Amino acid sequence: MRIKVNGREEKLNKEMTLLEFLQCKDINLDVVVVEFNYDIVESSKWEETTVKDGDNIEVLQFVGGG
Amino acid sequence: MTDALIIGDKKIQNRFFTGTGKHPNNALIPKLVDESGVEVITVALRRVDLNNPEENILSYIPKKCVLLPNTSGARNAEEAVRIAKLARACGCGDWVKIEVISDNKYLLPDNYQTAKATEMLVKEGFVVLPYVNPDLYSAKDMESAGAAAIMPLGAPIGTNRGLQTREMVRILINEINLPIIVDAGIGKPSEAAEAMEMGAAAVLANTAVATARDPVNMAKAFSMAVEAGRRAYLAGLGPVKVDAEASSPLTGFLD
Repeated sequence: MRIKVNGREEKLNKEMTLLEFLQCKDINLDVVVVEFNYDIVESSKWEETTVKDGDNIEVLQFVGGG
Repeated sequence: MTDALIIGDKKIQNRFFTGTGKHPNNALIPKLVDESGVEVITVALRRVDLNNPEENILSYIPKKCVLLPNTSGARNAEEAVRIAKLARACGCGDWVKIEVISDNKYLLPDNYQTAKATEMLVKEGFVVLPYVNPDLYSAKDMESAGAAAIMPLGAPIGTNRGLQTREMVRILINEINLPIIVDAGIGKPSEAAEAMEMGAAAVLANTAVATARDPVNMAKAFSMAVEAGRRAYLAGLGPVKVDAEASSPLTGFLD
């Protein structure tokens, strides 16, 4: 199955929860905000959200800016 | 001197705001905050590079600071609203500096889209500070829409060219019943002081600080200039005249 993560296509071998997906990445989950199919998903809901074919995930964080 | 700037439910004592962009070394940010007493500080929101994550900018910003996330990257009102909601979901308050820019050469804000975004975000309960071209009618629209302050540019972003828009900013200061915070283009502390002497409520400068040889001292210099300009404004500047008027008596014993 194919999903889109931060604008890039990614292949997944199986369905997994959003939490599992994010944990595979080398990122600090305490400081990110996640949009799942254009809706913000609170971190408490990551575990009950299933990533399926065609989903669109955005993972964002604060950076320096003026 | 008790002269707090009130925005939303916050009382801001230091009227110099700065940003966290372009710093060669983020570790200077907490020093800069300590030295200058800056209270309001801007950040931006970006996609995480999943292969090479950036360091967490929030870890450099002292907790006492008021975080002002911007919506940079937004090209229309809807994108600005989306970014603002994501920023709020990060749990760092409900302030937002609306930045809607679709021109990459001058980075000028789109006032029409910014006014639309202001209206939408005020309804969503945000404390909205729109970054604008200093135009009276746009600013009036944003005032009626419930903006918390108006942030007119002094010169295009990152140019350090100073208060090029001074006459238009002066009109906003005189006509808009909201804090006017001069943002963008201010390159020197003297220019920040000039804006404050005119009656600006605050000044935001990021590039001028971050690209200075010594950002910590430059932030302090800006903070002092902003305070001096504010005091001068409150003290009331003396009248400007064309012809000389003696400060000392010219008549007396030599007649």
